[in-house]
Amino acid sequence: MTIRISFDGDEVLGREGQTIAGVLLASGRRSWRTADGEERGVFCGIGVCQDCVVTVNGVGSVRACQRTACDGDAIEREVR
Amino acid sequence: MKRRVVILGAGPAGLAAAQAALAHGADVVVIDEGERVGGQFWRHHDTLTDRRLQHQWARFERLRGALERATVHASTSVWRVDTEHGVRVHALHGPVDAVDREPLVIDADALVIATGAHDRALPVPGWTLPGVTTAGAAQALAKRDGVALGGRTVVAGAGPFLLPVAASLAQVGGEVVEVVEAAGARAIARGWGRAPWQFAGVAGKAGELGEYALSLARHRTPYRIGQAVTRIHGERAVEGVTIQRVDARWRPIAGTERHVECDAVALGHGFTPRIEAAIQAGCAISPDRFVVVDARQGTSVAGVFAAGEVTGIGGADAALAEGAVAGFAAAGGDPADARMRGPLAARRRMHAFAARLATHDIAPGWTAWLDDETIMCRCESVTVARLTAAAGAAGSSRGIRLATRAGLGACQGRTCGRSVEALLGRPLGLDRRPVLSSVRIGELAACADEAPAASADAG
Repeated sequence: MTIRISFDGDEVLGREGQTIAGVLLASGRRSWRTADGEERGVFCGIGVCQDCVVTVNGVGSVRACQRTACDGDAIEREVR
Repeated sequence: MKRRVVILGAGPAGLAAAQAALAHGADVVVIDEGERVGGQFWRHHDTLTDRRLQHQWARFERLRGALERATVHASTSVWRVDTEHGVRVHALHGPVDAVDREPLVIDADALVIATGAHDRALPVPGWTLPGVTTAGAAQALAKRDGVALGGRTVVAGAGPFLLPVAASLAQVGGEVVEVVEAAGARAIARGWGRAPWQFAGVAGKAGELGEYALSLARHRTPYRIGQAVTRIHGERAVEGVTIQRVDARWRPIAGTERHVECDAVALGHGFTPRIEAAIQAGCAISPDRFVVVDARQGTSVAGVFAAGEVTGIGGADAALAEGAVAGFAAAGGDPADARMRGPLAARRRMHAFAARLATHDIAPGWTAWLDDETIMCRCESVTVARLTAAAGAAGSSRGIRLATRAGLGACQGRTCGRSVEALLGRPLGLDRRPVLSSVRIGELAACADEAPAASADAG
């Protein structure tokens, strides 16, 4: 089943059950965070490195590789 | 009253421990961060996972079936383990990194620590570019999400785990350009007697590795040995890598550089055991940073057992055998029981396999591929130059940490700790962590308010 989430306002389609990182990667995005001015995306993929964190429905620092995407989730990029 | 055995981690070791403890009549509680049991080895999703990527799935289904008689807390992160007055585990249950997860406090007669390991990826210039991940990330994305990391991926590092990663990427539609193994032909011949997948002394393993080798051949993916990715290129994401021959100490050999175009790199130079719960529980840790266990998988702390990668990197089969012994002993079982003969024999066999894995141990010459601008600590963007300057000036381990912030970021040194220590040639004590997992301050405060047993200094 298809789910719809938004990333910085853009609609992104994913498959039900995928992680937020999985949905974003499948949509062709490689990075969704800025660290010291440089782009970052998924790195460890198993919840250890904290590199892939995003803001989900207003809550910051959520690991995209671990959180299952839910229909309607609003994802925002984080900058530090 | 039944003996309560709490098991941290539901990968092969934890699941085998649960099954064995249940067989001995214990009241079993299994806690895992994931939404589903299985750990990294059996990471899956019911509809997204391609079953061909799974191994020993029937075994997993049997182990999962046994859990019907246990209490399973999935999506639960343990943040503290107390062993001063009996075993007490503090955890939070709820969606990953949500704001108001439910606190759990669980008392136990015995604890089995089966928290596994995560990939160790050595820093290399350019490794923070999007498109560079650990080998485990590539594997997890393929298995769990059905997503290929990139269109053209270079898989690089050391050890037989690179082979299933390459096979998984190919299975979900990614092209693996090369598999690059740092151990050289001489080391591999000495360590394995022949190619790893031909290593015949271990039942089961030879066949599994052989499948991966066939997958490489089918996809015409070259398997390069004695080579390493020494630089990753790209502006805003990966565009290519430099691959070089390395000597027996993993020092890159000048003049052997090759450029390979790719849009993804999966790095895996071995594994780092997740030993922080064992450290907090007071368990003795070996000089090479594994949990020390006896023949019953007992740690130095009474009532605390450990199994799987936290006790030494040996793969899923070793973890299954060790887990069974640990669970049975934790439940009060006698290891001389006839039911333990199988696991004890399997453990012996798999430890012989694990000894061969040392062929692929990181050799100290790798730091020669770093340059001054290479980021070591990804969380705080700390470069080689800043670290070496601070080590010269600040002296103490604490001084280096505070001056550079290396290892003090969000991952708490899990990603860079051992590499920073290798670069500076000294331990920095980065794996001692007062809080075992990501917890929001508000959740911690709520735990202090609600838990009647919490002492006044808990906040």
